[in-house]
Amino acid sequence: MVFRNSYDSDNTVFSPQGRLHQVEYALEAVRQGSAAVGLRSNTHAILLTLKRSTGELASYQQKAFKIDDHLGIAIAGLTSDARVLSNYMRNQAMSSRLLYGRPIPVNRIVSQIAEKAQLATQQYGRRPYGVGFLVIGQDQTGPHLHEFSPDGNALEYVAMSIGARSQMAKTYLEKEHDKLAECSLDELIHHGLQSLKASLQQSKTLTPLNTSIAIVGPPGPNESGVKSEGSFRILEGDNAKPYIDALGQEEQTQAQTQPTQQRDVTMQE
Amino acid sequence: MNMSNNFTSWGRPFTDAKMDMYGGDVTQRYQLGAQQMTVPDDKFSEGVQKTQQPIVTGTSVIGLKFKDGIMLAADNLASYGSLARFKDIQRLYGVGSNTIIGAAGDMSDFQHVQHQLDTLITDEYCHDDGHSLGPAQIYEYMSTLMYHRRSQLNPLWNAFVVGGVDPKSGESTLAYVDLLGTTYSAPTIGTGYASMIAIPLLRRLVEDRQEPLNKEDALDIIKTCMKVLFYRDARSLNKFQVATITKEGSEISQSMSVDTEWGFAEGIRGYGGQTQ
Amino acid sequence: MSFSPYTQNGGTILAIAGKDFCVVAGDTRQSEGFSIQSRYETKVWRLNEKATIAANGFAADCKQLVKRVKWRLETYKHAHNREMPLKSIARMVQTMLYGKRFFPFYSYVIIGGIDDDGTGAVYGFDPVGSYERETCRAAGAAQSLLQPFLDNQIYFRNQQPADPTNPPIPGTLPLDNVLAIVTDSFTGATERHIEVGDALEMYVVTNSNCDLGALQQITQSATKTDLEQVAREEAEFNGPKSCKTFKLLRQLKKD
Repeated sequence: MVFRNSYDSDNTVFSPQGRLHQVEYALEAVRQGSAAVGLRSNTHAILLTLKRSTGELASYQQKAFKIDDHLGIAIAGLTSDARVLSNYMRNQAMSSRLLYGRPIPVNRIVSQIAEKAQLATQQYGRRPYGVGFLVIGQDQTGPHLHEFSPDGNALEYVAMSIGARSQMAKTYLEKEHDKLAECSLDELIHHGLQSLKASLQQSKTLTPLNTSIAIVGPPGPNESGVKSEGSFRILEGDNAKPYIDALGQEEQTQAQTQPTQQRDVTMQE
Repeated sequence: MNMSNNFTSWGRPFTDAKMDMYGGDVTQRYQLGAQQMTVPDDKFSEGVQKTQQPIVTGTSVIGLKFKDGIMLAADNLASYGSLARFKDIQRLYGVGSNTIIGAAGDMSDFQHVQHQLDTLITDEYCHDDGHSLGPAQIYEYMSTLMYHRRSQLNPLWNAFVVGGVDPKSGESTLAYVDLLGTTYSAPTIGTGYASMIAIPLLRRLVEDRQEPLNKEDALDIIKTCMKVLFYRDARSLNKFQVATITKEGSEISQSMSVDTEWGFAEGIRGYGGQTQ
Repeated sequence: MSFSPYTQNGGTILAIAGKDFCVVAGDTRQSEGFSIQSRYETKVWRLNEKATIAANGFAADCKQLVKRVKWRLETYKHAHNREMPLKSIARMVQTMLYGKRFFPFYSYVIIGGIDDDGTGAVYGFDPVGSYERETCRAAGAAQSLLQPFLDNQIYFRNQQPADPTNPPIPGTLPLDNVLAIVTDSFTGATERHIEVGDALEMYVVTNSNCDLGALQQITQSATKTDLEQVAREEAEFNGPKSCKTFKLLRQLKKD
């Protein structure tokens, strides 16, 4: 029993080292999920996700979700836990519009799910959520990127990555983060894709099928039909293609003709 | 006797106000206004009361939009029936730094709303995250509150005028919400008596005006209206305050009054000093 | 004397369906008794690219109802990743109205839009949720003035067809005719009803086959004070699907 620890059968009990093992396993569930990257400039916040498919006959699993017109998330970890939390977020976002007539401030909705997640680490009979989020949104104070994790932490970042092999992506972002503020949308997406690509296993590539790009902020030159105030939208398939093509991957053509080879199946989410 | 003491029903068939196109009384057909809300029964439920009429009341509030923002006015009187009970009551109240509300109707309900709004603003302040509630958001909140209370058949017996300018967008809000949850916005607003006496003046002086209205002229218009209201509204006082909200911020003035002329009364039988 | 939770806020609404469009209209006056509260409070709201709702009666109830409908539509969109179809919205509104059968929304509701086969459709409701699909419907303060006029103009009641073997079919009038009928309805109601006036909002829900010539003609011919341009709204309302909604604003008499 390699992973067996003492003090891990009840999340309300500390280990002698002062750790909550159940919470750490929850963080591990996030690390097992496929990678997601988030970046923020002065004008935009974006998310890039690597989608997995469970097999040749399966489609790719959705990784980015809209919460409200100004707000969206990328997930890594248990999809069903993400659904519970995102339903909660959608309700909170709609309530804010109903009661105050304003889009919910990004930091507040993130705090609210963090509060919810923290309770699950402390109450008897509950388990922590097995999912982490990157949250992007735009409000009165500009574009924002937050990370939410199952231990109940929620922090704001200029760039962040979560999920499998996300350390590689993080290394890229750490190198480039001081350039991000002044980036145009296309440059920001380019950095994001570079970073996401860094997290790939060898022989894997980014394709319009396995990559989705979520954006808040004014429309870019490759986007049409986006409202000028800059609402949340997800680019996938053909809409994401120009950006992925711009990455100039020669193996891309090969990957598209042989879809079975680009599978990225390591575990089920 | 079918003649109503409510003058708004004079000159129309007495059932007209409640009749639909089929000649039926809609309030009857759908049992509108009957006691449908089920309140959980307990030992105290018989003793629980809901406001059925206002007690200590303020009279009208007026408001107008001008070039740089919003101006509101309300007098300092709180009446107890026909008794001029409290003559130094403030009926204009600042909510946050860019919104002011004016209240007509029950003054204790108004105080309750003040506390409610204070809590709201304090909570917002404590977030300390750079977000704030502008006039439009405060108005939405008040509308929800008032409609919610009317739906419990436990209304807050007020009519509010909400005025403000959003400091970020510069957009000005002038809006109304009352005990039924009825809402609207308009370039000029008056509650109660002012909706009959001051609104025609305000519409002519503000809405029909060709050139932009500056702050000084707006104040003159407000004073004119408050004077006419004092002349014609028996529950009013020639002591009032004026609130001004612009992009820069908001301000509630000291109490002021206007010069009035009562000489005409001398010649009127039953008005002046004559005994015969 | 006990508290009455209702009042009437005047105004009138109207919707007419065509073959490939639907017009939903309402005046913008809000009143109570003899007082005009506002000259511009909307009674018509676009719900999605295929549906527009108008609600009239007690304004606070109407606004609350529309808020709830919008909430439900948003939830539906999150859950099913598509817009709720018109007939489903109509059925949903029935249950929402009947759900408050014993403390009703004092709202007369009309929903207009494009149905599943692309035809214009109107659904008319009573305040407790009884509803039916129709070709046209008027409701509100001037319902008793407008509905007979529509019966005559839209349903061709009390008209002798020029060609008895080939009588006109309700719901097939072209857009320019319908817009003219809507405008005339409201100018007429404004003349004869004190609670109607100030301005007229007409939402034109169209499918992709609809000839928009009538709209363009109105936009070009009208002066800016008579009519606001529709182009701005078109851009804003341009949904992902082929259905487009246009908003026309026309001034009415203010006395």
